[in-house]
Amino acid sequence: MLDALDRRLIVATQAGLPLVPRPYEALAQQLGVSAGEVQTRLARMLEAGIIRRIGAVPNHYALGYRHNGMTVWDVDDERIDALGQQVGALPFVTHCYRRPRHLPDWPYNLFAMVHGRDRGETEAAISEIAQLLGPACRAYEVLYSSRILKKSGLRLTG
Amino acid sequence: MRLETVAACLDETDRALINALQQGFPLCDEPFAAVGAALGLSEEAVLHRLSDLLARGVLTRFGPLFQIEKLGGAFVLAAMRVPAEDYDRIAELVNALPEVAHNYRREHAFNMWFVLATETPERIADVIAYIESITGLKVYAFPKEREYFVGLKLDA
Repeated sequence: MLDALDRRLIVATQAGLPLVPRPYEALAQQLGVSAGEVQTRLARMLEAGIIRRIGAVPNHYALGYRHNGMTVWDVDDERIDALGQQVGALPFVTHCYRRPRHLPDWPYNLFAMVHGRDRGETEAAISEIAQLLGPACRAYEVLYSSRILKKSGLRLTG
Repeated sequence: MRLETVAACLDETDRALINALQQGFPLCDEPFAAVGAALGLSEEAVLHRLSDLLARGVLTRFGPLFQIEKLGGAFVLAAMRVPAEDYDRIAELVNALPEVAHNYRREHAFNMWFVLATETPERIADVIAYIESITGLKVYAFPKEREYFVGLKLDA
């Protein structure tokens, strides 16, 4: 589990890594430990899945992916896990989850975020998912976002 | 904020750098030099371009991406069906809560979709009950039951 140093390391890096030639050394100085210790701790958290990855998160819109839809699918419970893996592996899908239905208001149990550079690309992507799911899917909808009302990250306070 | 594209003028080198940095970042003493070596760029050029991409908003983050659930916290997607005439007022009430990390308007009867982030899973139910009490609307929670593998993604 996480100890106090791990937690301090998380707090120190959650806004990002320092943009200097030796970023782990910069963190180490800030935390009063060695650069090797910082690298070891980060490697351990990667291994444990506490850190998904170290890297860059692009703004989809800035990359030209303007047509982004949340696609939701009512998929046979027996087959959703096998099919969900395949949907997640498609190149234009950035998130893919199984979530609960709320019957009768909400019948959909598979959620996949789809990104395209134009409407045609997004629609082609959606047809590809529909084809992949085949008769295991009873119905689907696409929810396009029309406005970001709020976007802030989660921040641990240490 | 409206959903508009940042005028992104990215050159081939920016795109190669973004693609490389989406995949991961090395744990070594001089990681920017290592990334540069693989792309034929100097350490200085990598740092300069990366700072610029962050400043322009082409990249929203650079660093470790934490999985909150593994830290004992919770992250739950939720939605509401908000009457159109009352939308702005309800959005303001919901956005005012610090536990609401993201909130999107979507074109559907379920037209408000937000993510609740709390430091403990127990707190999610309290926040949902509170939102229902201040808005008078039912909150539908969509906790992740399973996450399907998602590989590396958007080509810059």
